[in-house]
Amino acid sequence: MDFLLEGIVAAFRLIVGLDQEVYAIVFLSVRVSVLATVYASLLGIPPGVWVALHQFRGKGALLLCLNTLMALPTVVVGVFMYGLISRRGVFGELDLLFAPGGIVLGLTALIVPLVMNLTIAAIHATDPRLVTTCRALGATGFQTSWKVVQEAGFAVIAAVVVAFGRVISEVGIAMMLGGNIRGYTRTITTAIALETSKGEFALGMALGIILLLVSAGVNAALFLLQRRQRW
Amino acid sequence: MKASVLFLLVVLTMTVALGSAGAETRLRMATTTSTEDSGLLKVLLPPFEKANKCKVDVLSTGTGKALKHGENGDVDVVFVHARKAEDKFVADGFGIDRKDVMHNDYVIVGPKADPAGVKSAKTAVEVFKKLAEGKAEFISRGDKSGTHMQEQAIWKAAGIEPKGKWYVEAGQGMGNVLQMAFDKKAYTIADRGTFLTFMNKIDLVVLFEGDKSLFNPYGIIAVNPKKHPKVNYELAKKLIDYVTGPEGQKVIADFKQNGKQVFFPDAIK
Repeated sequence: MDFLLEGIVAAFRLIVGLDQEVYAIVFLSVRVSVLATVYASLLGIPPGVWVALHQFRGKGALLLCLNTLMALPTVVVGVFMYGLISRRGVFGELDLLFAPGGIVLGLTALIVPLVMNLTIAAIHATDPRLVTTCRALGATGFQTSWKVVQEAGFAVIAAVVVAFGRVISEVGIAMMLGGNIRGYTRTITTAIALETSKGEFALGMALGIILLLVSAGVNAALFLLQRRQRW
Repeated sequence: MKASVLFLLVVLTMTVALGSAGAETRLRMATTTSTEDSGLLKVLLPPFEKANKCKVDVLSTGTGKALKHGENGDVDVVFVHARKAEDKFVADGFGIDRKDVMHNDYVIVGPKADPAGVKSAKTAVEVFKKLAEGKAEFISRGDKSGTHMQEQAIWKAAGIEPKGKWYVEAGQGMGNVLQMAFDKKAYTIADRGTFLTFMNKIDLVVLFEGDKSLFNPYGIIAVNPKKHPKVNYELAKKLIDYVTGPEGQKVIADFKQNGKQVFFPDAIK
């Protein structure tokens, strides 16, 4: 119980004390998570819509594959990406390893299947008559897709929210590809892992509370956005 | 939907814009948890960074992994403690300009009550024999760190292959292992630096120290630019010269943890 209390007090102190290092850590976490979520949305939503609206051979296999990838462990993505972006790897020249760019890359790869899969589910859940109606009215493929996405907007945003939640709380990729470098690639989660390993449980707990506050803030923003959508 | 797309684009541009500031030279150093967690690097590196207008990125892991990062060319310089592994790293052509930096020693710690009675032992090998005989719980790092390699060397010297319920391979850093040993009232081997940092948080005591086999020397090695042309060899060399030069050595000698000197400079005889 002491730890918890100490943690809450320490969190309060860190937030109010405007500790520069803590703010840099929080900012980096938010930055890489938002970037990864945006990239994954750009890469995952359009193909998701396409797959949902088309019938083709191997669609079942693709869905099975995506379902499996949704459960992808973060360390697997981490080690795979490490092999790719290490200087010995294929993309070593890009200098992404142990830099924020590497974390963004890994996190994006982690959630593209998630975003795509949830988008497909969202589109499937819309009224199938919508597509027929659009086509009957002479809409182009793109116009039809846009209409369907609008219809499923709520669920698509939910997919993005879930994806964001997965990346901001992620520690394996941030640790392996970022390296937890102080003042450069240290995120909230890797900082928690570090402080805990140093026996600074209260500080770790404090950072955990800050992490929750940050996700609450981002989710609140998206919630407001969703509510506006309804009109 | 339009509003949300706009919102995302705004966030995207904002974060990218804010993130690309500052393109100073960065030197990557892989090191062991003991140098970072003890707080030494926080005082050792800033003067170098200031003088060379660069930023040293510190990756703190175990020695084995630090050397692996060097082999892969993902860091410019390594600062580790496992003499045999270091020599192999240099012999294999991955590292050059290896220099001794400093040393401290390992200590064998455990619960005050000392159920295995290791206090009376004369050598580290004898301590390990007693632990194995008494099946006293022992937490091993199990992570190929410098400390783990040292521990394995002692087991080997004792002619024991540690196995069984009493031998716990944690696969974690020194801090976690000390914490675990404390929680389980078990024994472990730790570098003195980390133990001094943790002393106030855990109720373990030093039960054995001072044996020759517990000597713990640290070395610094530049990654060979012939193997990996992209490494910043020039700056790595400068860092080695600084750490092993009078200025760096003085910082090391003056560094104290809980009032005690942690590392003893070796570069200048």
